[in-house]
Amino acid sequence: MTEYFNEMFDGDQVRAPYSALDGWTRDMPADLRAMKQAEAEAMFRRIGITFAVYGEGGDPDRLIPFDMFPRVFTQMEWRKLERGIKQRARALNAFLLDVYGRGEIVRAGRIPARLVYQNEAYERAVSGFVPPRGIYSHIVGIDLVRTGRDQFYVLEDNCRTPSGVSYMLENREIMMRMFPQLFRDNRIEPVEGYPEALRRTLASVAPAKCTGEPTIAILTPGHFNSAYYEHSFLADLMGVDLVEGADLFVEGGFCWMRTTEGPQKLDVIYRRLDDAYLDPLCFRPDSMLGVPGLMDVYRSGGVTITSAPGAGVADDKAIYTFVPEMIRFYLGEEPLLENVPTWQCAKEDDLKYVLDKIGELVVKEVHGSGGYGMLVGPKSTKEQIEIFRHKIMEDPDNYIAQPTLALSTTPTFVEEGVAPRHVDLRPYCLVGDKIELMPGGLTRVALTEGSLVVNSSQGGGVKDTWVLAE
Amino acid sequence: MILTVDHVTTYSYDTAMGASVQSLRLFPSRFSGQREIDWHVAVEGGIRGGEFRDGAGDKVESWSVRPPVEEVVVTVRGQIETIDTAGVLRGHRELVHPMAYLRETTATWIDEGLSKLAAEAVADCTETLDCAHRLSAAVSEAISYEPGTTDAHTTAAEALAQGKGVCQDHAHALIAVARAHDMPARYVSGYLFATEDGAPHEAAHAWTEIWIEGMGWIGFDAANSCCPDDRYIRLGSGLDANEAAPIRGITQGGSEERLNVTVALEQVQQ
Repeated sequence: MTEYFNEMFDGDQVRAPYSALDGWTRDMPADLRAMKQAEAEAMFRRIGITFAVYGEGGDPDRLIPFDMFPRVFTQMEWRKLERGIKQRARALNAFLLDVYGRGEIVRAGRIPARLVYQNEAYERAVSGFVPPRGIYSHIVGIDLVRTGRDQFYVLEDNCRTPSGVSYMLENREIMMRMFPQLFRDNRIEPVEGYPEALRRTLASVAPAKCTGEPTIAILTPGHFNSAYYEHSFLADLMGVDLVEGADLFVEGGFCWMRTTEGPQKLDVIYRRLDDAYLDPLCFRPDSMLGVPGLMDVYRSGGVTITSAPGAGVADDKAIYTFVPEMIRFYLGEEPLLENVPTWQCAKEDDLKYVLDKIGELVVKEVHGSGGYGMLVGPKSTKEQIEIFRHKIMEDPDNYIAQPTLALSTTPTFVEEGVAPRHVDLRPYCLVGDKIELMPGGLTRVALTEGSLVVNSSQGGGVKDTWVLAE
Repeated sequence: MILTVDHVTTYSYDTAMGASVQSLRLFPSRFSGQREIDWHVAVEGGIRGGEFRDGAGDKVESWSVRPPVEEVVVTVRGQIETIDTAGVLRGHRELVHPMAYLRETTATWIDEGLSKLAAEAVADCTETLDCAHRLSAAVSEAISYEPGTTDAHTTAAEALAQGKGVCQDHAHALIAVARAHDMPARYVSGYLFATEDGAPHEAAHAWTEIWIEGMGWIGFDAANSCCPDDRYIRLGSGLDANEAAPIRGITQGGSEERLNVTVALEQVQQ
């Protein structure tokens, strides 16, 4: 039987961060809880935030379950995480700048050239281009799991356009409205500053040609996109325009936004559109979502695109293994956050090990996401395991494997009351003229008893995440 | 050799169209085989946009034309001195790692026919430069020059299957078979000066470059069974014809587009 770290209880003792919440739940009668839960659900419906975390697809109108029991970190715990996350964000950006430049890390033999230059996410089109401040990934979402009091692992990095931050903000907003007393009794670090911090970050990477206050817009694929709510929500909170490709055009080396008062020059685009769709003249010629000529304007310094096209080469699952190496190479530091040990089925020895121990491992597709195309060995039937074994043998390069991590649990409201459920965490790190981390993030919780899969497409929910002030 | 180029590309439409945007890669590469004397690129009635040199060393300039657009006319007029470097792209400043040119594209996708051709051509070959020559010869042999038998979207595999095509098809096929042997290969677009004996074809031309470790990028023109010399003017490169296209443009609207291209190359007698 695996021991799981319980974030609230150490035996019978309530751990310090959760002391205020012990009484809160005990004093809450079941009918009040049910009422509050219904109230929360109604609020989520009213604001229109529905099922769509991390581009997992699924029913766009389904509500993602919200669990009212907050997840809590102490200031001490958070500071440690913060240092590790910022370190990682710096290294990932240094890596991107390098591989689109001289590729020193490859020349030094620290990362195989094949993994970088033959990577699907490597964009030859931006090779040699240095974005403002040399930053490629302006919003870095680092997925973490906890397995012990001081033990955290990075599951994956998201350098393109990590979604889910609207949940961080909405979860907090709803908790504050429903339980104002909790926020009076506890000193909780605010996360409401995120939209303003994001706006400042985007403004700080305006192109050199921009004089004066930069104009910023969010570029969305449109309302049919599963994260459209988040796009419009962030645009609203930042006070910037939400645009689609058809609202923009290029002329004279700049990108322009059509407005009722005529064209307005756009300086920074926060795009929530994949590289392939950004510009039919540079990438997919059949894309109707992008802006023809945008990449030429970008590469000649007329507009900044965040995250920078090509940033995806840093968050690939095969590159992930090398992030600790990046930290040592570029920063000359030891990694503060650990990677999950990962076996590459592309390597012969690793493949042998994976096929041997498949029943104990988690097997993932290199390019998969959202918990699809994934096998959790200990939770699978013999038949499921055999199917996966064949898939791996057919195309080993496409798979990696990791040990089944003993994800920590936090108390969660369930049918029978409160019970421990497994959680992960995605904090959001902003990289501009400075590196900032919001004290909080998105906690996802596996609502099914014993489940280790927190993805919303697989029955996961979300929680408010607290960082206690000192 | 000193060559003059007069190249006019006209896109015309039956009805007036919306705005047009062009991304042009119509500038001579800078390497020891070429010295630009005079070079002008323009889009009639257009507005010049940004320009930059990309990681592959190509200069790119963008243009736009405001609506209504009935015609887009792109003109290139220039004079250049060319020097024979025996196909070697010497002195060319670029940053892209050769390995980035191992990626397959739709046009260069390898099928059974191409891999068979690739395997047979280099059966007893040990040295990469020799392999590259043999692959080029094999492609020349397998695909005969017959204009009008293929179009812009024909893939290497299709051209090989029918055994005929134009320079674009030769270039794609050679890229495919080179990549099959893990040799980075890319599509090069440019011009070719037709000599009086009439052998080389297509003044707006395309060929292949293959990366040879220790030597760098070497040009191979399978369509003419030779390596580029001072009759060739190199403009830009890419994974395939679409990426290396000298003109990539979009004009908004639903009207059919008609394309007319005239290219005249002349040698200036010294």
